[in-house]
Amino acid sequence: MYHIISIRDFERDDLDYLLDRAQEFDTGKYRSGMLDDKLVALLFFEPSTRTRMSFATAMARLGGRSISVDSVEASSIVKGETLADTIRVVSSYADAIVLRHPKEGAARLASEFASVPVINAGDGAGQHPSQTLLDLYTIRQSMSVDGIDVGLLGDLRYGRTAHSLALALSLYGVTLHTIAPGGLEMPANIALELRERGMEVVEHPNVEEAIRELDVLYVTRIQRERFPDSASYYNVASSYRITTDLLAGVKERLMILHPLPRAGEIDPEVDCTPYARYFEQAKNGVPIRMALLHEVMK
Amino acid sequence: MTRKDPSGGLVISPIRNGTVIDHITAGEALNVLRILGITGSTPECLSIATNVKSKRMGKKDIVKIENRELRTEEVDRIALLAPQAKINIIRDYQVVEKKGVEIPEILKGVVRCPNPGCITNTNEPVESTFEVLDKGLHCLYCDWLIKDDIANHII
Ligand SMILES: Nc1ncnc2c1ncn2[C@@H]1O[C@H](COP(=O)(O)OP(=O)(O)OP(=O)(O)O)[C@@H](O)[C@H]1O
Ligand SMILES: [Mg+2]
Ligand SMILES: [Zn+2]
Repeated sequence: MYHIISIRDFERDDLDYLLDRAQEFDTGKYRSGMLDDKLVALLFFEPSTRTRMSFATAMARLGGRSISVDSVEASSIVKGETLADTIRVVSSYADAIVLRHPKEGAARLASEFASVPVINAGDGAGQHPSQTLLDLYTIRQSMSVDGIDVGLLGDLRYGRTAHSLALALSLYGVTLHTIAPGGLEMPANIALELRERGMEVVEHPNVEEAIRELDVLYVTRIQRERFPDSASYYNVASSYRITTDLLAGVKERLMILHPLPRAGEIDPEVDCTPYARYFEQAKNGVPIRMALLHEVMK
Repeated sequence: MTRKDPSGGLVISPIRNGTVIDHITAGEALNVLRILGITGSTPECLSIATNVKSKRMGKKDIVKIENRELRTEEVDRIALLAPQAKINIIRDYQVVEKKGVEIPEILKGVVRCPNPGCITNTNEPVESTFEVLDKGLHCLYCDWLIKDDIANHII
């Protein structure tokens, strides 16, 4: 059985294969009823609009159906049921399970109790592999991922999308440039793991210093909760904000990505520049999730 | 039961059948017992000696457990704390088997994951699972890395 739990479980060939499949779905090279006898359970124990809707959309586009719990409050976890039991039961209803859960490792656990494939749609501060795949897919739409310079900007300490993307990029000979406010730097063990995987990781004190070298700038949200007070938050947030002024002299092919939703990290004026690719990125969630759903249920 | 030896020191009485864990890193005997799941309420005769003089190690700890022959999976956990430990199986007062300890590749239910957000720290029916790497213990559920102070995380 094929589960999709963590980007660490993937070799480069596996990623490339899924990205190729996504491209076929994206360009309409598929039969619309491919999953017409299939049912997926969307188990979201944590709020999410985008991820959940794009899985539901992907399933519908393939002719399949989705069932879901409408709210955590209404579900049996409030009554104290373990995730393991929920998974065992839901396995008997559906052909695959998409899980979003607040605890790290929840998807791994689910895969051990499920009798159908499990796709991790985010487990706490842990993994969110379909996000990473759509990030890679978006980069690959404009350039070969091999050997490029990618900047990660923002909260690199808690930001799971940044960690997971960095791990995937380490399979492509990418040079990683990290730009994070004090206290939100990438954890030492993740930086070590990336270096062990052969990745060159360069730290920069600010965006200005790095931006002209970059092919991709991946911006992540800096969360207000990470700061002791509003003043220190606004101070940091404003110094990490991407504006059109900052973009003078960047590489022509630079692409700016953001997993969305954004707070104030990117000035809306940047949206009109050719570098802004975050809305395309969000749209790519559908073909990626079509590829994943099809792969685990075909 | 103890007896006086000629030098006046106290010597632990010999056991007929059981296991002697010798050459434990000084000070780790209690942690070794904890890792083996042996508590003060064990029914068997249990002797613990700590900071005993040793030619090879300067100081060492020794644990002797009567009527219990420890299995390899059990003793290998000890290697985390006491890599030099030697396991001696005693039958009819004689050492019949002597083996070293080897750090296992996977530790199940031995250490608690320090990440409060880890699924293994909930009421789910799952044991903590770590893979043993050169750089530390890696949680196979949440990817947390325990780099040092392993004894403090033993369940
Ligand atoms: N019947 C027994 N009861 C209790 N302890 C015993 C018994 N027989 C041996 N031991 C203890 O087991 C350990 C190993 O015994 P052994 O006779 O192999 O000693 P050794 O030659 O010093 O071995 P090593 O090289 O491992 O130190 C020693 O600490 C010894 O005191
Ligand atoms: Mg000896
Ligand atoms: Zn863990």
